Amino acid sequence: MAVDQQLNIEMGKQGVFVTTIQELYNWGRKSSIWPMQFGLACCAIEMIATTMARYDMARFGAEVFRPSPRQADLMIVSGTVTKKMAPQVVRLYNQMAEPKYVIAMGACAISGGPFKQGYNVLKGIDRYIPVDVHIPGCPPRPEALLQAFIALQKKIDEQHLTGEGRPRHLDADAQSEFTVPEPAEHDLEPTSNHGVWPLPVVIK
Amino acid sequence: MKTVEEIKTAIEAAVPGARIEVIPNPGPSAEHSLLLDHEHALDVARFLRDDAELALDFPSNVSGVDWLDKEIVEKIKVKRQVTKTVDGVEQTVEETVDETRKHIEPGYLEAVYHLYSVARKHGPVVLRMRTVNRTDQTEMPSLTPIWRGAEFQEREVFDLFGIVFTGHPDLRRILMWDGFKDYPMRKDYVEPDDFEWEPTAHDEVLKRAQAHRAALAAAGGEGADATHDGC
Repeated sequence: MAVDQQLNIEMGKQGVFVTTIQELYNWGRKSSIWPMQFGLACCAIEMIATTMARYDMARFGAEVFRPSPRQADLMIVSGTVTKKMAPQVVRLYNQMAEPKYVIAMGACAISGGPFKQGYNVLKGIDRYIPVDVHIPGCPPRPEALLQAFIALQKKIDEQHLTGEGRPRHLDADAQSEFTVPEPAEHDLEPTSNHGVWPLPVVIK
Repeated sequence: MKTVEEIKTAIEAAVPGARIEVIPNPGPSAEHSLLLDHEHALDVARFLRDDAELALDFPSNVSGVDWLDKEIVEKIKVKRQVTKTVDGVEQTVEETVDETRKHIEPGYLEAVYHLYSVARKHGPVVLRMRTVNRTDQTEMPSLTPIWRGAEFQEREVFDLFGIVFTGHPDLRRILMWDGFKDYPMRKDYVEPDDFEWEPTAHDEVLKRAQAHRAALAAAGGEGADATHDGC
């Protein structure tokens, strides 16, 4: 149940602060998203620039890049995911504690990019793990990453804590670990995780 | 620097029995190369490195080349006995007939070494070595014992072309994973079929995406009804 905004402002003037558990909970979640400290290719350079003084991602509560997946909330897949690297990326995702989010940054991470027709490059990390925000670009500018981050915050803010579409960590049945692909003789096995990546349908 | 022919003469004087062939480069660069035989390759390489005048101390580049089997068609004039009826009389006449003959020249894998001299500031000298064929006899001697800098590049050639460098200290795959079985840079390499969805499909990609969709539809698999004819 949302609090009436006008009433809230009025009461704020009187020194009374009214909120709901859901708002407070989501505000806490969205304001302390700690990304994991890892980069895969040239997009990582833009990601580093985003955290530095000029773009300053710390303004949005993402100031600490954690070098351990256990302490991180957000995986920014910044760069080309080769088939040799994909199992490690999925394993890192599995090791992160809920709640956890994924931003796929750049053309390579969302689709394979310029290496799409190569034998060695994964055609999008969303084949194996669920991605919250996709950013196109080669590489995307820091502003694009900031916008993706704000989009993720909005997404978190709009979530209801109960019922359908509640966050994964509040749903005991929700899947939070995904099959780590095995490097096989010709390709990764499986080539995509069932249910995570439905074949996109083009509407003409 | 010496010309390729002069280097060839110098090698033949220094390494007795070495069979060196000059492979001409008809392009404007005229960068002719030397084809080495397997038995004397190490000795030749050692000579090229240690010779005071050449002093080729830096293997800048090792490349792999895949040469497929070539079908060569020749037209040959053959004399043949032909029975003909000339003026109502049956005669045996000798005639010249054109005959096409085909033979297959077996393909091979090739490694190309570009050598420079840092000490004498000259180069490149181009060396080549060829395997016997491209299926079961893909060995050639490694030149890593002479130039340590060739180690990773020979591993890469092994990884992507499947040339087995005998005498290499640590011949493992370097880019692909260990259990990988194919050699991706060979011309007959079949890529994994992951053309499920190509938003900008055209030409060859479109054909492959359609083939993939047909295979999916035949198997009754997931996404068989998706439309992606290329928009």
